[in-house]
Amino acid sequence: MASRNISVSEASRPILPRHARLKFDQTRQLWVILAPERVLAPDETAVEILQLCDGARSVAEIVDQLAAKYTAERAAIGADVVAMLQDLADKGFLTEAREKTP
Amino acid sequence: MSPTLTDASPVMTDPSDGLKVMEARGSVAETFGIPLAVLAELTHRCPLQCPYCSNPVELDRAGSELTTDEWKEVLSELAEIGVLQIHFSGGEPTARKDLVELVRHATEVGLYSNLITSAVLLTRDKLQALRDAGLCHVQISFQGNEPLVADRVAGLKNSHQKKLEAARWTRELDLPLTVNAVMHRQNLHQLADVIQMAVDLDADRLEVANVQYYGWALKNRAALMPTLAQIEETSRIVEEAQARLKGVLAIDYVVPDYFALRPKKCMGGWGRQFFNISPSGKILPCHAAETITGLDFLSVRSNHSIAWIWQNSEAFNRYRGTGWMPEPCRSCDFKEIDFGGCRCQAFALTGDAGNTDPACALSPLHEQIFKVAEAESASGEHCFIYRNFAGGTPEADGHGA
Repeated sequence: MASRNISVSEASRPILPRHARLKFDQTRQLWVILAPERVLAPDETAVEILQLCDGARSVAEIVDQLAAKYTAERAAIGADVVAMLQDLADKGFLTEAREKTP
Repeated sequence: MSPTLTDASPVMTDPSDGLKVMEARGSVAETFGIPLAVLAELTHRCPLQCPYCSNPVELDRAGSELTTDEWKEVLSELAEIGVLQIHFSGGEPTARKDLVELVRHATEVGLYSNLITSAVLLTRDKLQALRDAGLCHVQISFQGNEPLVADRVAGLKNSHQKKLEAARWTRELDLPLTVNAVMHRQNLHQLADVIQMAVDLDADRLEVANVQYYGWALKNRAALMPTLAQIEETSRIVEEAQARLKGVLAIDYVVPDYFALRPKKCMGGWGRQFFNISPSGKILPCHAAETITGLDFLSVRSNHSIAWIWQNSEAFNRYRGTGWMPEPCRSCDFKEIDFGGCRCQAFALTGDAGNTDPACALSPLHEQIFKVAEAESASGEHCFIYRNFAGGTPEADGHGA
């Protein structure tokens, strides 16, 4: 239960759980997230974010990276990234890497 | 930038606009984009005898089942034409000795695999082997929240206990778990406890599915039909739990359409976004479609490809879209929304699959059907007719098989 109901913040280190697979669908030529009884179609930006969600990077690091790449305002990007990841987490398709004990 | 996630759910849930995005991309089956998910009914054999089984009353015998190699070819073909998910179902799919091999093959060709099981034949080792073969998700059916009701409905002693055990192994192996609970008059009083059971089992998802009445369930309708009061209470309990358990347990709710004014958008529309494959290899628009007589369903053993059957076969095109519709559907504003409801139900209740589903208030038969349901729900009929290869066996005394 610990991995459920996560609240995404800049400190989170998100990762897709085993049952959510990000995959490029050759037939329809688009990225999809495969989940139980669901197929989600993330847009290009969402795919770019999700590809950075490896359980090692924090959300803050992901936002830094995107802000640098697009020379965009960090605060705006940060809010968008957190909102998208929270939406995915609420649907049960995002989890957090377990914290290593210090 | 404002990243979005479009829900393109193919089955069971209400398809949203996201699906249109994906269908518009086309596929080998140009006209009606190939479904995102397909249900593979590997066998009709099953140790359970649930009186509402979704399999046809005329079950496929073991000898007619597709072989391991045939199923593997089917899986490869499905992946090739753009299917993304495969649901291994039955009967009881774990009754097939080659299940691990089939799951591994699905993984190899890139399919996301889901096991829909009664779980009573599973061992921890078997589950581990399925996981190692790449299985992505497990769905276990429950008949109640405790053995007295559950074992009686399943017609199998100790089944509830085995299911609980298998559900725990599923989570221990870090596989995501969906609990499927089919509800009816004789177990709806346990709904709140079933929801709590799903939470306690650490399930990710719960399907609360009211019985749909064709085939076996139609035979048992008098013993299963809920009362209107039960349905109202059910909706209240589900809504409360959905709000309370947000982020903990996702709850999908299938309403019983006898009590609705509008029919369900069955299968998202005939031949529009779903097909299943029967144990003997027939490609069907829904798992109950064989109850409709007079339609010729082609098999993967025919000399046609799966994509061709989906796109061109007479059975798929008969009720596709809206062109086939009689009144009151033809001039109805909702015809593109519910596609006239369920063909199998129309056939079962009116004798013609081309009629408006009597679940719709606009059907001339609606009132009569609703009255029958109401009378049956108050009938006090208790005994089941159990599902089996012999065409059904009546329960002796209301105390199980």
